Amino acid sequence: MTEDPWANLKRFTDARIGLGRSGSAMPTREVLNFALSHAMARDAVTTPIDWTPIEKGLSNLGLSTLRIASAASDRSEYLRRPDLGRRLSDVSREALVRASEVEGSAKPDLVILVGDGLSSLGVAANTLAYMSAFMPYVVKAGWKLSPVLLADDARVALGDEAGEILGGKAVLVLIGERPGLSSPDSLGVYLTFSPRIGIKDADRNCISNIRQRGLSYDEGTFKTAWLLREAFRRGLTGVNLKDDSQFLIEGQPGPELIG
Amino acid sequence: MYRVHAGGTTYTFSTLKELLAKATPPRSGDVLAGVAATSAAENVAAKMALADVPLKQFLNEAIIPYEADDVTRLIIDTHDAAAFAPISHMTVGEFRDWLLSENATPQKVSALAQGLTPEMVAAVSKIMRNQDLVLGAKKAHVITKFRNTIGIPGHMAVRLQPNHPTDDKKGIAASIVDGLMYGCGDAVIGINPASDNLTAITDLLVMMDDIISRFEIPTQSCVLTHVTTTIDAIAKGAPVDLVFQSIGGTEGVNASFGVTLAHLKEGREAALSIKRGTVGDNCMYFETGQGSALSADAHHGCDQQTIEARAYAVARQFKPLLVNTVVGFIGPEYLYNGKEIIRAGLEDHFCGKLLGLPMGCDICYTNHAEADQDDMDILLMMLGAAGVNFIMGIPGADDIMLNYQSTSFHDALYVREALGLKRAPEFEAWLSRIGVTDTSGHLAPHAPGNPLLTHAQALAA
Repeated sequence: MTEDPWANLKRFTDARIGLGRSGSAMPTREVLNFALSHAMARDAVTTPIDWTPIEKGLSNLGLSTLRIASAASDRSEYLRRPDLGRRLSDVSREALVRASEVEGSAKPDLVILVGDGLSSLGVAANTLAYMSAFMPYVVKAGWKLSPVLLADDARVALGDEAGEILGGKAVLVLIGERPGLSSPDSLGVYLTFSPRIGIKDADRNCISNIRQRGLSYDEGTFKTAWLLREAFRRGLTGVNLKDDSQFLIEGQPGPELIG
Repeated sequence: MYRVHAGGTTYTFSTLKELLAKATPPRSGDVLAGVAATSAAENVAAKMALADVPLKQFLNEAIIPYEADDVTRLIIDTHDAAAFAPISHMTVGEFRDWLLSENATPQKVSALAQGLTPEMVAAVSKIMRNQDLVLGAKKAHVITKFRNTIGIPGHMAVRLQPNHPTDDKKGIAASIVDGLMYGCGDAVIGINPASDNLTAITDLLVMMDDIISRFEIPTQSCVLTHVTTTIDAIAKGAPVDLVFQSIGGTEGVNASFGVTLAHLKEGREAALSIKRGTVGDNCMYFETGQGSALSADAHHGCDQQTIEARAYAVARQFKPLLVNTVVGFIGPEYLYNGKEIIRAGLEDHFCGKLLGLPMGCDICYTNHAEADQDDMDILLMMLGAAGVNFIMGIPGADDIMLNYQSTSFHDALYVREALGLKRAPEFEAWLSRIGVTDTSGHLAPHAPGNPLLTHAQALAA
């Protein structure tokens, strides 16, 4: 096998450089490393999520939960038919209507929906840590929450229908992101003001790549809380809100926005 | 009304649009759109009916109305009747038979381009097997030039794609050195930037221009940002070689990309005005992919492969250096698995080549598609045999910025070794001159005098 003398450049990038070669081919160890990364990403997509530990952890945070599902009947249909992943199953729709009748006129400020999305691994690895970091913001602001919805075969827009039925002022969707080869375990967070069926993606805000080796839980929840306060203050989410939050990304929050 | 009697049943198809959709080999995107055949037999019956449609009918029946869509207007208004004349008497099925016959020489096939409409080539592709798509495409030679010559039969170029999730310049430079040392980068050194900020884009353009100038590399660079951003960069004096834009096959999908035909014309004129090409002036780089129109809700009830072919009618107005179908990037709701991705890649290459375009292919898949590197090996081999103008070269096939898998620098070496494909001649001579390759084009043992190796050591210091 031929080694690459520039392999010391690897410290500048996670790209697979300086691999060396066996003739024209990748060396054995690299072929197998790649195969393992791909296998983990595939497993993240296809492994059904186990909600039990997430239910327990959320209960410890004082949160009740409700399991729901999209209209996709299985994982294969979920992947082929994104439209079905954006709508509730009939059973879940009825369950949410009942839940909303129980709540009566006291509508929630925020509906939180946790969906498996494209990475059950990302949801399992990050949901509780994210919610633990987020709850102090909820308590401080006094936001009223609905039960946390735990959704199978969910796309982001599933939160629109669920949030509309529950009458939430906003919906926060935590969802497993499409796994990359080096990041099979990423959680994405989408915030939508005044959720209703048919809302456009341009009317949401997204915080991406929340995971241990990506955006930290502290940063992710700080941004979420900032966006949520601004959404309630201005009555909108989406591209018009994103521009204003730009300075957050540069790490220079104005003093009136902290906490 | 199109009608066929097959297997004891009579099938009818009310429009050419419906017939084309139902004749398309199965793929998830057409099912999602609700335009696919509803049974395997109906799919074949539609192919049979389509094979009997005269090519002339495609000039009389627009699948998207002329009044409603500027791509339709472009197709009709630029059709060259003289170039069409040699095949104007044929049906779709007869055209396939002719195309695969000894009579259809590369000169005759290449001369047809301006006489063919996207819908005609889409139609014939639908009744072809994968092997037909290989041999048919191989007859259409499309050569383009900027600082080197791409598309000569027996040659294949590679886009060096050194992406980094935060546009880190050292990280990008490291991937560029890696790719060049593996003999890749003759199609373009092309970065998908994480930022669309003009200053950040300009920094990347300057950085690549420095590398190309310092080592006198006969190739071109590109930052794949929106055409209007590149026009701004040119106005501010940035070293722009190629103008990039994603395009699609309807006015609506182009609108979803924030682009019009006028933008593309303006972008090309801006790049031509700074005259940075040395051996030619093909200065546009387009990317396309089946499914984008449905994704933008701008497909007009057409199947995704026919719409994709219409994107090539847009591309050819602007004499591009490179057209890249990013075949498996869009995800399994459009192309579900390796079989569908392979088929689509071969169709796109065939249709683009027949329409006169310098087709390359990003042979790729995402992690939620039922596909892996073995599927990519099959498509790579078939496109290599079909005479693809260029493929992607990404470190280890893993794009850490866009989170998908494509072909690696090693994959390019593989297909060169398996099929004897050479690089762009100017680039191949340069590699040999600086010692990356020997005189036969094979990678040479690493020699201390290689200026790229010295550069790598300086980067690391």
